Amino acid sequence: MRSLFRRVSGVISRAVPGGAGRTPPAARTRLIRSASLRLALVYGVLFVLSAVVFIGFIWWATIGLLERQVEAAINADERALSERWLDGGLPALADTIQDRLEQNVDDDAIYLMLDPGGTRIAGNLGSWPREVTRTDTWYQLPISRAGMRGTAEVHAFALPGGFRLLVGRDVRDRAILRRLLTDTLLWAVLMVAVLGISGALVVRGLFRRMVRNVALTTGAIARGDLAQRVPLSGSGDEFDRVAETINHMLDRIARLMDGVRQVSNAIAHDLRTPITRARARLEDAAATARTTEEMRGAVERAVADLDGVTAVFEALLRIAEIEAGARRSAFTMVSLPPLLAGLAELYEALAEDKELELELELPEPPAGGSLALQGDPQMIQQAVANLLDNALKFSHPGGVVTLRAEAGDADTVRLSVRDRGIGMAAHDLARASERFFRAESARNTPGSGLGLALVQAVAQLHNGRLELRDADPGLLAVLVLPRGTAPREGDREGNIERSPSAPTHPDPGPPQLNPPSSATHELERQDVLGQGS
Amino acid sequence: MRILLVEDDSTVRGFIAKGLREAGHVVEQADNGKDGLFLAVSESFDAIILDRMLPGGIDGLRLLETMRGQNNATPVLLLSALAQVDERVAGLKAGGDDYLTKPFAFSELLARVEVLGRRGRNESGPRTKLSVGDLEMDLLSRTVRRAGQKIDLQPREFRLLEYLLRHAGQVVTRTMLLEGVWDYHFDPQTNVIDVHVSRLRQKIDKPFPGALIHTIRNAGYMLRPD
Repeated sequence: MRSLFRRVSGVISRAVPGGAGRTPPAARTRLIRSASLRLALVYGVLFVLSAVVFIGFIWWATIGLLERQVEAAINADERALSERWLDGGLPALADTIQDRLEQNVDDDAIYLMLDPGGTRIAGNLGSWPREVTRTDTWYQLPISRAGMRGTAEVHAFALPGGFRLLVGRDVRDRAILRRLLTDTLLWAVLMVAVLGISGALVVRGLFRRMVRNVALTTGAIARGDLAQRVPLSGSGDEFDRVAETINHMLDRIARLMDGVRQVSNAIAHDLRTPITRARARLEDAAATARTTEEMRGAVERAVADLDGVTAVFEALLRIAEIEAGARRSAFTMVSLPPLLAGLAELYEALAEDKELELELELPEPPAGGSLALQGDPQMIQQAVANLLDNALKFSHPGGVVTLRAEAGDADTVRLSVRDRGIGMAAHDLARASERFFRAESARNTPGSGLGLALVQAVAQLHNGRLELRDADPGLLAVLVLPRGTAPREGDREGNIERSPSAPTHPDPGPPQLNPPSSATHELERQDVLGQGS
Repeated sequence: MRILLVEDDSTVRGFIAKGLREAGHVVEQADNGKDGLFLAVSESFDAIILDRMLPGGIDGLRLLETMRGQNNATPVLLLSALAQVDERVAGLKAGGDDYLTKPFAFSELLARVEVLGRRGRNESGPRTKLSVGDLEMDLLSRTVRRAGQKIDLQPREFRLLEYLLRHAGQVVTRTMLLEGVWDYHFDPQTNVIDVHVSRLRQKIDKPFPGALIHTIRNAGYMLRPD
């Protein structure tokens, strides 16, 4: 068995250096660093090792069993013969040996009994083998009897009175079988090695293909082709899941890029206007102002224009900051009733000033006590303030604006602001929360078109959503926020899809857009961020 | 007031210094962190206006931390182009007393610096009575009287008036009121503060001869005897 192992390890050690020896040193380092090659090597070595152990066990079980059988037979013979000796002495023993030789069908038994003088008394062996000197050892030796050469396993022992007995078995057949088996198994090991290496190459190829898909895709992305996605095999295996995760990531990046592009366009369009206006005022004043008063007036109006630009910038930056998720560090437990009461109180004066009524509707305690969620209180304040601001701005005198909070389904809270004002045209609704979007009917109202975009960003920050609905007349804006424990990064789309009232939508669109809900399609509205102070 | 101005942009620095001098303050200037730190620790000021990003190896936050490390409690107003909330928090944590984002209106800066400078001077224990002219506020019984006549105020109106009284003679901006009275740190998109001030005026000014609450154009409000 040991020799077999030596030969097997010889096969391996010949194969491996042979392969590496043809490779130049620099390439060898690169090969060792290659994960696919390492994986293939590990696969191959594991496969070959386990096969060798398995084959070794077969060899040991078969050959070992034969050896043990021979030894057991010889031992049984000896016990029987020594009983004969005790029963009938020397003649009985000699007769027994003779009988056994005659009855031995396989012709593999070997006996030899000598008297103290070395003369043969019984047996089929010509002479006592010279190697056999001890009685406690098994000998395996070549013998020659009846004109045939063979190998025998023998055991000697001493009888009383100087007689010596040698009992053995011819194991030539067993040796043939053993050689046959050994050869077969060695071939098997060779085949295993070949199979292992081919398997390793296949594994390496699979691994490389998978990694190459990812590498090709990410490489293309890095070169600017954002449309590339990692192809899926469709089997839903781990590689597919990695690919899906990467694709999700790429989708999100693409949407963010899209948002950035939109904002750049919007900035180009919407910020140039007030800047141009300010510039024109100053230029005109510099050229034509005749009095200090005129000059001062022009400068002051230009400053006001620039303040408007600054306010838009700040709103844009704030939306970007919220969308980047940076504000999650400020998340804490927010109790809504006091927060809303404070805002209602702040805006109530404004409503009265505009001859409007502002109602605050909170559920009765104890239900009211449970109106709390994990969130950023400042952001929620700002979002509700923007909604209130819009509602007040687009209400007709004498109207009623309702600020309302209630528990929603699926562990959410619903904050709603409803007005009875001009409402929004259906086709404007889906776009209402885009940055800089302003409905036709609101063109003449002050505002930058960023108010609802900010509310939308705040909703996303809290894994929630903003729904706009026709209140006929007026607009109903609902902020649905999960109570949440610890919102996680990258969980937004998932939450939206899981939310039962939200429709499934394969492509959630650019980040500032809510997945449109069926209800919100009927509705429209325009948003505003006031000109700031 | 004696004010130290540390700002590297010479246009902005000149603009601020000119405005502060016109408002009657004495201004020392530094255009880098090293000189600024030297002035801040070697001389005495009522307030320091500190730009966050400065050349010369010592930026605004480092300067501020060093100052505070030497138990220098001079009120500091941080100026910065970094508007993000985290940056603001970092500035206040380092020991800043107020934080103003660029670009800013000079009136806002002036109002805030004057409030800071005053705060540094009279930390004379809690007061129970505030008054301006014939207007008196008793903080214990929470009553307001003008010319001996009791005026009923809503809780929020009371706090608004209290804030104005505590800063009597100073300009307070709308943002300062929103932060100081309502504790809101966002930009209300409408004239919501004006509406509240106008309501307060109805109660404390209208029934009496002579207004106490004055509108300061392009800046905010000031409570002062006529």
